[in-house]
Parts: sequence; structure tokens; C-alpha cells
Amino acid sequence: MRLELVKRQEHSRLMVVVSPILAITLTVILGGGIFALYGVSPLEGLYAFFIEPLNSYWSLEELLVKAGPLILIAVGLCVCFLSNTWNIGAEGQFTIGAIFGSIIPILYPEWTSGFALPAMILMGAIGGMLWASIPALLKTRFGTNEILSSLMLVYVAQYLLDYLVRGPWRDPDGFNFPESRIFDSAHVLPKFGDGRLHLGVLIAIVVAILIWFLLSKTLKGFEIKVLGQSPRAGRFAGFSSNRMVWFGFLLSGAFAGLAGVFEVSGSIEQLTPVISPGYGFTAIIVAFLGRLNPIAIIFAGLLLGLSYIGGEAAQVSLGISNKMTNVFQGMLLFFVLACDILIHYRVRLVNPREAGNDVA
Amino acid sequence: MTWLEPILLTIVTASTPLLLAALGELICERAGVLNLGVEGMMIIGAVCGFAVAHTTGSMSLGVIAAVVCSMIMSLLFGFLTLHLLCNQVATGLALTILGLGLSGLIGESFIGEPGHKLPQLELPFLSELPYVGRLLFAQDALVYISILGVILVSFVLFRTRLGLIIRATGDNHRSAHALGYSVRKVRYGAVLFGGACSGLAGAYLSLAYTPQWTEGMTAGRGWIALALVVFASWRPLRLLLGAYLFGAVSVLQFHAQAYGIALPSQLMSSLPYIVTIFVLVIISGNKQLTKINTPACLGKPFRPDR
Amino acid sequence: MRTLLKLATAAAISLGVSAGMALAKDKVKVGFIYVGPVSDHGWSYQHDQGRKAIEEHFGDLVETTYIESVSEGPDAERAIERLARSGHDLIFTTSFGFMNPTIKVAKKYPKIKFEHATGYKRAKNVSTYGSRFYEGRYVLGQMAAQISKSGTAGYIGSFAIPEVVRGMNAFMLGAQSVNPEFKIKTVWVNSWYDPGREADAAKALIDQGVDIMVQHTDSPAPLQVAQERGIKGFGQASDMIKFAREAQTTAIVDYWDAYYIARVRAVLDDTWSSTDTWGGFDKEMVHLAPFTNVSQEVAVKSSQTRDAIQSGQLQVFQGPIIKQDGTVFLKEGEIASDKQLLGMNFFIKGIDDKLPE
Repeated sequence: MRLELVKRQEHSRLMVVVSPILAITLTVILGGGIFALYGVSPLEGLYAFFIEPLNSYWSLEELLVKAGPLILIAVGLCVCFLSNTWNIGAEGQFTIGAIFGSIIPILYPEWTSGFALPAMILMGAIGGMLWASIPALLKTRFGTNEILSSLMLVYVAQYLLDYLVRGPWRDPDGFNFPESRIFDSAHVLPKFGDGRLHLGVLIAIVVAILIWFLLSKTLKGFEIKVLGQSPRAGRFAGFSSNRMVWFGFLLSGAFAGLAGVFEVSGSIEQLTPVISPGYGFTAIIVAFLGRLNPIAIIFAGLLLGLSYIGGEAAQVSLGISNKMTNVFQGMLLFFVLACDILIHYRVRLVNPREAGNDVA
Repeated sequence: MTWLEPILLTIVTASTPLLLAALGELICERAGVLNLGVEGMMIIGAVCGFAVAHTTGSMSLGVIAAVVCSMIMSLLFGFLTLHLLCNQVATGLALTILGLGLSGLIGESFIGEPGHKLPQLELPFLSELPYVGRLLFAQDALVYISILGVILVSFVLFRTRLGLIIRATGDNHRSAHALGYSVRKVRYGAVLFGGACSGLAGAYLSLAYTPQWTEGMTAGRGWIALALVVFASWRPLRLLLGAYLFGAVSVLQFHAQAYGIALPSQLMSSLPYIVTIFVLVIISGNKQLTKINTPACLGKPFRPDR
Repeated sequence: MRTLLKLATAAAISLGVSAGMALAKDKVKVGFIYVGPVSDHGWSYQHDQGRKAIEEHFGDLVETTYIESVSEGPDAERAIERLARSGHDLIFTTSFGFMNPTIKVAKKYPKIKFEHATGYKRAKNVSTYGSRFYEGRYVLGQMAAQISKSGTAGYIGSFAIPEVVRGMNAFMLGAQSVNPEFKIKTVWVNSWYDPGREADAAKALIDQGVDIMVQHTDSPAPLQVAQERGIKGFGQASDMIKFAREAQTTAIVDYWDAYYIARVRAVLDDTWSSTDTWGGFDKEMVHLAPFTNVSQEVAVKSSQTRDAIQSGQLQVFQGPIIKQDGTVFLKEGEIASDKQLLGMNFFIKGIDDKLPE
């Protein structure tokens, strides 16, 4: 017997709904088994992972705060990936965005007018775009592979941040500890309620919807997809792939930079040596988990955010180690990815003997 | 000359894990599969290699275990991407997350346990040659394997029928299929080879580089290996150059610091990355060459239908 | 086995209680936030040893939880608040980067007590605590100067923060007390924990002629290299003798058990108040691993120095001390204040490395 996939004529609307449910069911079954193996009651474990983070206003807010940057970066990356440009360095653009966005609150803390915050946000986007323009320039000018250059620039950006925070941008009243001054309240993003939910999260979702519109309803969206699927056809249509490389990098860089400035001015409220738990890399998973569709990316971002927050909750309420969380997360991702294929394919078991007829 | 030898030896140690992991990924990508799970497979190799070597006391069993366990990880990747046609990028990243978690669980009881170091194989007479003797002929087995691996992979890829099939699968899976080759089988083979090499790289870390097990000890080397494959434009000999260049700059910046060169240490630490980009820009001037070597079907799923 | 032990301690404690120890609270829930995995066998591991010590000491009177590998960025505040929201009475946040998040959360939960390690911001319900590791480094410096034949030590630094700079200065002062011409070669690896890079740094230093290895990074890799190349070195954060039986001469061991037990006791007795504790040998926050691989003479002198620091007879930072740039830091007989030590960002004379401005 052999496993074969048969392409459906049309994608299955039923499966769009069923596949995530199936994935979660499988995760629940296998995950429960693993919990049991580890001496934790499966029900409690699953509750901690999937329900606890959703049962209070506070944790829902935190879920959105965690998912916000993932969604924003992933939406930018999805445009990039759709046009067949491989920006792997969103983490670096995020970092530079945060650095640029912090110039005003750190170097000009006295400037507290109402224009300061919009200027910070703009500078964050510019920072991300500048950092993203390096691989774009190297790619279009010298043909340098963008996977390598964008990835390597992540490390360079992190060292730059490290240098600034430990050196020239140190808090003058901070006993030479590695952190910047705390931002003035005029430089902090407006919050909803008394939790940490900030404007950046809302913007992330609005941006996702806008990009969905761009991709599905405009000529630019068509151009992106054509160039992504067949550069040659794109050239016939008069589209320039060099210009598209620039477009993809600048757009995804700007969004990553925005996410960076939102994170420092919305969540951390100062610049520290560590500002991201790997958002730029996790967003790559989010982009693909959302099948490069901005609306689906919102859900993918929430799912991934849930897996992080659930893992943390499980550590506290059940003493499950952080490694278990990673295993659980990896498993969940595998199931989601695997079940996803049911939307476009049917699975059937083929007897090798019959398979011969099948091919003919 | 005597001062140069230890520096070169350090460079060899720093470069070997990168070279090993990248070599596996190179074959994988040549066959058209982009496996971003190198870091995850590598760390599983590191922990399993250490665990088995530590429990049995046999270094060779440790290395074998590392290879086998990393291959199991790659098999999981293969099943998802080749059988179920899952997205390769996302699956690879998920594999890394899984590997980091699993390795932590497996390694819990080996924390704080010192390991044994892979013995150096000294070739009689040759290792006593002046200057180059110790450098070339008194390394541990994995260093030899990495160098021989480059030569072997280079030979197989460009001089044999098998290599032709692998490259055809990566360049145009439709034609390879039409010619009667099983794209899926070739790719499974390549993915498994990638897993095996990542396992060796992991074993090198926990059994030779720093004989110990610590969580997250790969410290991003899997990612560097991935970047090096691109740097090498999918050519094994260039990969050797790339891995040793990266290793050399990372080691030499420490020497520069110890020597007392007063530059910000962050700048020194970022040198390997900057130099790699810079060198790639110089050698990627020849666009034609890069294009020829890039596997055209890289990352694209293949389903053997009509 | 573990449960048995727990039961036994619980029984012992409850006996103690019935014997007349009046406690203000019947049970305390204690939470910990770690920056690394508990299995790092270094910084976070030692804090977790402290957590286990609490459990062992108080048995059923305490319940402990922890969240490990919490990144010092946006996640920190959520992790701390999660502990605050889930009924913890006392929360230890064990890395400098958790300072501002701790203060923020503490403001929202005034009834919960917080303890932040290695920072300087306090509040009514936030204490700070830290360890004078530099006292240990002074002893290390003396030992290095006696052991080294070349008169040059290799020093692997993580980041140039005051903690590390202070340690390096203390080491140099110790070394200069034996050999005024002593030199150190410094390499910064920009990481607290990366065995591979630490090993490479150690090799580079040895290749440049140093014959004793000092590290302010947490993995045993540099010591392993030292052993392989036949020189001596010092362990860091935990006793690393298992990794380098012939190379480790002693190690600076972070030891939090005593402090953690005291603080939990204070909460149980309802005597907890916001304090600033910066303890060294005197408060048992710094331990030195047994002296090994050194002559009897060196071992005796080192324990004498250790005892002198512990009793306060010897002050590590006591003048005259001249800064690297030639200006005076401390005049003859003057003793550095804690404030001067806290933000130390200069090297003393004799260290050639440069610090970022």
C-alpha cells in the first residue's frame, strides 16, 4: 500500500474548515499522550495550553500583543515571497527599525510635541527600509543572493544594537548598565485599557487587510503574482523583476521596521540589548502557515502566539518544562502543515499493483 | 611558522561543523529540496551523539547515533514535504523548533557531564612532517570526513550519473520524472544525506569542538551553514572556501582582540558576516555562473502525476 | 525518592511548627523568572538550585514555580505578570534585563513582593539583591599571578558591563598585589553562553602566550581548552572541576540558597521589607570551589585572602588606585563606596583594553 495525493479540481471549502480542526484534534491526541508520558494529566496539560490563554481578558490582550508583530512582519514577507524574493532577514530590519524609531526618544527626549510619535513611527519604517535596501541593492546591482545577504545582516544589526545600547545610547542615569533611558510618555504608543494592548496591534491588522486588498484586487497584486510564478511571463507583460525586488524588500522592510518601533515604543518603552524573541524568524513560519494570504496570516499569527503563551502558562500552572513547549509547538506546526494539504488534495491509499494502471 | 600552526588548527575546528552541515544541505538543495531545519537536525545529532558516547563509552557509537538520529529527523521532514507536499520553508523551520525542544528533553540528564574528546588520528610519518604535519595528518576522523566529503560530493555531483540525476531532479523535476527517474526517491535520498551530514556536524560539536552537552549549543551554526550553501552557489569546492573563510574570520577576530586592536568588540564579532557578504558580492559578479548552478526547482514541491 | 524526601522535610518542618514557631502565613507561593534554561549549568541553574533549596528547607510551607528561557525583551513583562496573576506571594526575577518590567508589574500588584537580581531600582514591594563576585575575582587574581610563569593571563569577557569591568579590575588588583607587572590579554565574545566561541577565544589567547585562563562567561569550554593545552584556569558560576580535573584551580560559585531561604522566611514571618542586599563572602553569596591543582602554599595564601575579605579586614577596592588614564580613583587608604562600584566603567592602571565610550 502506498500513500498518494490526488489533486482536487477545486480547493475544498469543507476542508478549509475541517483541516485546522483535524490538526488540532491530532495535536490534542498525540499531545495528550506525550503529557501522560511525562506524568502530567493530559486534560490539564491541554487546558493550560489551549484554553487558559483564552479565558481571561488579560491573556487575550497579551495574545494580541504577541501576535501583532508576527502578523505585521509576516504580511510584508508574504508580498516578498509571493514575488519570489527571499527576504530571510526581517529580524534585522525589525532591529534597525527599532533603532531608528528610538533616535527621537533617546537623543531628543525634550521633543515631546504631538508630532514626535508619528515621526518616530515614520523613522522606524525608514530604518527597516534602509536595512532591507542593502540586500535589494546587492541583488539588483551585483546579482548577490538575497537569502545570504539578508540573513547575515540580521547578525550585523544585532551587534549594532548591542553596541549602541552598551555604548553611546546608554541611559546617562543608569549606572552604565546596558539599556537606554526610559521613553517619555509622549514617545509611547497609545494603549487601550490598562493592559499592554497598544495601537501597533490594531495597525498590524489594518495593514494585513490593506495588503489583502492590494494582492487580490489591484494590478500591482497581479504583477506581484505573475512575476513570482513566472518571471518570463512577467517580463512579457512589461513588468520589471528588478523593480519588484526593490518593491518586495522595501515593503517588507518597512513593515518589519514598523513592528520594531511598535515593540520598543509600545511594549518595552526603552531600548535594550534584546528587543525581539526572534519575531523576524517566527514570522516566516507565520507567513507560510497562512499560505501567503494576509487574512489567513492573521489567524496563523494568533495560533503561533497562542502556542507561545500557552507554553508559558503550562510552565507556571503545571511545571511543564520549556522544552516540552517547543516539542508541542513543533508537533502542532507539523500537523497544521500536514492537514493543510487536504484543502487542495485528496489522500488515498494505492496498492502498488494497481498503481501501474493508475499511471497509464 | 610555529605560531601559525595552532591558529590554523583552531580555524579547522571552527570551520568543520559548518562545512559538514553545509555539505549535506548542498546535496539536498541540488536535488531541489530546501531544508531549513539544519539547526534542528544538528542539535539532535549533538545531543544523541553525546548521550550515546557518554553512556556506552564508545565514540564511534556516539557518532553513529548522531547520524542515525539526525536522519530520523530528516526523514520526518522528507515525509511531510515529499509525501504530503507541505511547504518546505515552514516545515524546515518547524523542524528546528522541534529539534531544539527534543534535544533539551533528551539531554536533561547529561547536563554538567564532561564528555570525551574524539581522538586524533595521527598518520604515521606524515604527521611528523615539519609545518604541515600536524595540521594535515593529525586531525580527528570527522575533519578528514569533511574534507573527503567535499571531494567525494564534488566528484559524484559533476562526474557521475548519480550526480547528473540529482542535478536533473533539482533543475527540472518534470523532465527528470519524464526520463523515468523517481523524483521522490532521489529527493528522499538527498534529504537523508543532509540529515546524516547535520548529524556529523552535531557530533563534531558535542564530541570534538567542545566535548560537553549544553542546551542550544549549536548557537545558530545551522543557519550559517544554510547561508554558506548559497555563498558557494551550490558548488562543493566553493563551500570549502566559504566555510574556512567564515571560520578564519571568526577566529582571527579573537586574535586581533587579544593582540590589543582597539575596535568595538561588536564590530569584531560582526566581521565574519560582513566579510562573507563582501566576498560573495565580489564573486557573484559573474551572474551567468550563479544562475547555472542555482537549482531551478529549489523549494518547489513535486507530485508525480500526469 | 524525591517525594519521600519532601515528606520527610515536611514532617520535620511541621514538627518545628507545632513546637511553637508561630508563622504569620501558612503557605507561600514563590515564583522565579530565569533568563536561560535551568539546565545551563551556570547562571540560571544556580538560581534554580536556590529554588530547590527553598523547597527542601520549607517543604509543604512553600510552593515554587518557574518560567525558564524568558527573553529580556517584550516577553519579560508578560511572564512576570503571569506569575503575579497566578497567586504568587514572592517573585524573584533573576536577570538585569528584567529590572524595568519588574518595576512595572510591581506597581500594578502592590501586595505581591518582588526581588530583582543585579539591578538598582527598588520600590516598596521590590527588593534588589546581588553578589559581590568581584571579591572572588580578587582571590583569583592573586592566584593567577602566583601560578603564571609568563605573567600574563587570558581573560574572556562576555559584555563590558559594570559587573564584568569591576570583576576585571578586582582580578587585576589581586594580581598586582603579587606581581605589579602582571598583564592581561582580553577577548570579548559578546555572549554569556556559547561554548564554541568561548573555546575559540580561549585558544586564541593561549596561542598568544597566556598561561592562565580566566573567564567571565558561563560555559566550561574555556577550561576544557585550558586542560587540553596544559595550562590552569578558573571556573565560573558553578564548580566546573568535572570538566577540567587537571586545570581548574578554583571556581567562583554563585550561591543563592541562603539568601532565598532568608527571604522566604521573611515572607512567612511577615517581616519582609524592601531591601538592597549586596553580599559577598560575608553573606555567603559567593563561594570558592575547593583549591585544586595548586601548591599548598598558594592554597593557604588564597584561603587567608578569602578570610580577610570575609571579615572585612581586606577591602578589594582600597586606595591608592589609579585609573587607566592616569587619574586617581581612590586616594591612599580610601575605600570605594557601593555607588562608585555599581556603575564602574573604567579600567584601572595595568589593563590595556579599551572600554566603549
